[in-house]
Amino acid sequence: MNVMAPFEGIGASVKRKEDFRFLSGRGQYTDDINRPGQLHAAILRSPHAHARINGIDLAAAKAMPGVAAIYTSDDLKAIGGLPCGWQIHNKDGSPMAEPKHPVLAEGKVRHVGDPVAVVIADTKQRARDAAEAIAVDYEVLPAAATMTQAQAPGAPAVHDDVPSNLCYDWHIGDKAAVDAAFARAAHRVVFETTNNRLVPNAMEPRSAIGDYDPTTGEHTLYTTSQNPHVIRLLMGAFVLQLPEAKLRVVAPDVGGGFGSKIYHYAEEAIVTWAAHKLHRPVKWTADRTEAFMSDAHGRDHISRAELALDAEGRFLALRVHTQANMGAYLSTFAPCVPTYLYATLLAGVYTTPAIYAEVKAVFTNTVPVDAYRGAGRPEATYLLERLVDVAAQQTGFDRVELRRKNFIPTDAFPYQTPVALQYDSGNYFATLDQALEASGWAGFEARRAEAKARGRLRGIGVSTYLEACGIAPSAVVGSLGARAGLYEVGTIRVHPTGSVTVLTGAHSHGQGHETTFAQLVADKLGVPIANVDVVHGDTAKVPFGMGTYGSRSLAVGGSAMDKAMDKIIAKGKKIAAHLMEASVEDIEFERGVFRVAGTDKQKALAEISLAAYVPHNYPIEELEPGLEETAFYDPKNFTYPGGCHIAEVEIEPETGKVSLVNFTAVDDVGRVINPMIVEGQVQGGVAQGVGQALLEQCVYDADGQLMSGSMMDYTMPRADDLAPVSVATHTTLCTHNPLGVKGCGEVGAIGSPPAVMNAVVDALKDYGVTHIEMPATPPKIWSIIHGKAA
Amino acid sequence: MPQVTLTVNGQTHSVEVEGRTLLVELLREKLRLTGTHVGCDTSQCGACVVHINGESVKSCTTLAVMCQGAQVTTIEGLAKPDGTLHPMQEAFREYHALQCGFCTPGMVMSAVDLVAKNPQGLSEQEIREGLEGNLCRCTGYHNIVKAIAAAQDVMHGRRETLAAAAE
Repeated sequence: MNVMAPFEGIGASVKRKEDFRFLSGRGQYTDDINRPGQLHAAILRSPHAHARINGIDLAAAKAMPGVAAIYTSDDLKAIGGLPCGWQIHNKDGSPMAEPKHPVLAEGKVRHVGDPVAVVIADTKQRARDAAEAIAVDYEVLPAAATMTQAQAPGAPAVHDDVPSNLCYDWHIGDKAAVDAAFARAAHRVVFETTNNRLVPNAMEPRSAIGDYDPTTGEHTLYTTSQNPHVIRLLMGAFVLQLPEAKLRVVAPDVGGGFGSKIYHYAEEAIVTWAAHKLHRPVKWTADRTEAFMSDAHGRDHISRAELALDAEGRFLALRVHTQANMGAYLSTFAPCVPTYLYATLLAGVYTTPAIYAEVKAVFTNTVPVDAYRGAGRPEATYLLERLVDVAAQQTGFDRVELRRKNFIPTDAFPYQTPVALQYDSGNYFATLDQALEASGWAGFEARRAEAKARGRLRGIGVSTYLEACGIAPSAVVGSLGARAGLYEVGTIRVHPTGSVTVLTGAHSHGQGHETTFAQLVADKLGVPIANVDVVHGDTAKVPFGMGTYGSRSLAVGGSAMDKAMDKIIAKGKKIAAHLMEASVEDIEFERGVFRVAGTDKQKALAEISLAAYVPHNYPIEELEPGLEETAFYDPKNFTYPGGCHIAEVEIEPETGKVSLVNFTAVDDVGRVINPMIVEGQVQGGVAQGVGQALLEQCVYDADGQLMSGSMMDYTMPRADDLAPVSVATHTTLCTHNPLGVKGCGEVGAIGSPPAVMNAVVDALKDYGVTHIEMPATPPKIWSIIHGKAA
Repeated sequence: MPQVTLTVNGQTHSVEVEGRTLLVELLREKLRLTGTHVGCDTSQCGACVVHINGESVKSCTTLAVMCQGAQVTTIEGLAKPDGTLHPMQEAFREYHALQCGFCTPGMVMSAVDLVAKNPQGLSEQEIREGLEGNLCRCTGYHNIVKAIAAAQDVMHGRRETLAAAAE
């Protein structure tokens, strides 16, 4: 009897394959790896935001027990600086300022945490003890701790060769059209805001182990990275000048990334270089305070936005001026975050016909900024969705109706925006309506009244958003300054007995690829997911890859796998035709079975794969043996997930504490492969968005000292800071990738901050509040309620 | 150097440690039990939670020498020897209460203790408050709370299986 196996293909909430090892303590994160004979590195970091190094005395440290070596920039003269992956051009066409980013500080330190020296010893504790014994003669310099300080006349120069501290002054859009539209507008609305600097804080601190085999000349780097092939390329080609064949990069289980583990960090180069030098493995693992002062930070914009509306409330034009903090050095992605991942998103879900945006990127004496979940898109969405609420408040239009009136019509796709992007699909009316219904929007006033009776201020807020992800078409991003292609690579290896190994250039650090990707194979090739092994994170196993960020794993990496499976099927049909003595054109394939059309003749995939590896009866003249195919997939466009988030909050007037009481997300992420995983991704993204809105802020004092340098000082969302998050999807398919998928990793963090802040402002509307800056902490709220300056 | 003798997951070990050696260092570096993680070094995140004599404790702020004679259980010792997962581990899988997995061992160990200490059963809000000492950056806690709510019914014998608890 044939028992139906449970459906494991596209659309099934399959439980995750990776969970057993994580739940039993058998995950293998970088710090869990120990190499024979391993030494330990400790990094001495700058305690100052800006200082000249007049001398470094290593004598006492070198005499400490267990110390194998101490290195400073003097020892690294032969290696290159850390490269930036993206070059932006100024308004006048000249390239951005790109000062050198030395692996260890050369002559000057530029932020608290800037690495000055590395101590390598037989234990971690002894390396740290010796680092404390290094005497650095610092001449403390005035710091440019904020963008305002950095741009003031006579400001200290973070880099001597960039006296203006201006990395670039860039723009996009049609300024003349925007000016003309403003001249004839019935309403002009101005909104100014700061997008708070955040620390990504993946729970796993960064770690790196360098290993070197002198007999083969092969270097191996184990690292906490979202993109091991990118690290191999950047570190091998630009920093250490090692050919790819002599450099293996392994990113094993990685405990969260959120963008902060894209960047090629100094420590990766240090341990790899030192392992070669010492012929011993060298391991470094950050503690959390080190993470705060050396992991890339996120966000940190100051913006002014102006919206022109006609008398009926139609958006005529949008003008935006933004300053974006780069920190002290350019990280791998930083320059593209406030430009091509931000200003191009300013049309949002609206038909605004004219948009002009200027972005100035500024160097400061702070930790480098890079992508953080959403990267640019949360900043654009926050600016736009708060601006629309401010516009509604000022013009008297209902905030929901004002949005609806300006939505891109559902029949207008593909829709070309005035800021470069062409949206392929979406239905913003449907996601809005579904979210209004699910959140009980219509009945809110009764809940507000009920809360008021309990002495609580209740508010509701909406955001209708869109993002561009699935990055990205290589030729397009190349023309915009990317120094790499952004395709993805997938290999499908069908083994002789029909089980499958998938090699993917995407990297999973919580996204559940081992399950979702196996489901793609189950769906298309009919192989049970238990027989599908997904391999990622090792340049010695996976042919190539660009890694995971920008919600690209499924849209780009999954599409590569799909293309590779097409090749498997095409070859399998030829083998099947031979075995069943039919013409190739007559072979049909569906979920693991090759059939001769119109007959009962069929062969299972496992029979075909066995024939491919045991080619006794095989079309050997025309076909190579074996059943393994690789595809490089370069996307034709970005993907455009979008949707509607609605937040409901309650404020306790006595303390100013804002509590999230309800959150509804209705997202269009394209075709859903595993609904359980999509829901989890959205919930996690929303938690980070709520964290940005209510709790999190990275604080530097005026001297550039990092004030929020531990989890005791930086408020991470805890379980009782959050509420249940209701997640639903409404699908329109992506029209240009074979799976119809759009991506779900970042939507939660993109759509939620303005929904929460619109709710907070709504809760305080009786206090004449028009805007509150994130995070909406109790002191700010209390001060508003009690009429005192914060 | 001081010597500490302790039982970890049922096995007795005598280990030389420095006075400053932390329990988590002993577990990870001396015993190679790397399921217990260090996420913050300041007792904030709870990735390092283990059980000492049945109580959940942050092993990143416990000196190894304080554990003389102690019975320590880590995430590696939670499942039955035949590999059958503890109901809490099973619930985390069933409810997709983990993503990157880094906070998971500490979260599970905290949750087991939280539930064990509250046989009367915990409300959603009580579970959220009970997780004050554990940070997760991936899940938004939504599914962790659901998993713990389901596991408590099984742990206290009110339901036989998680599937029943899910109803």
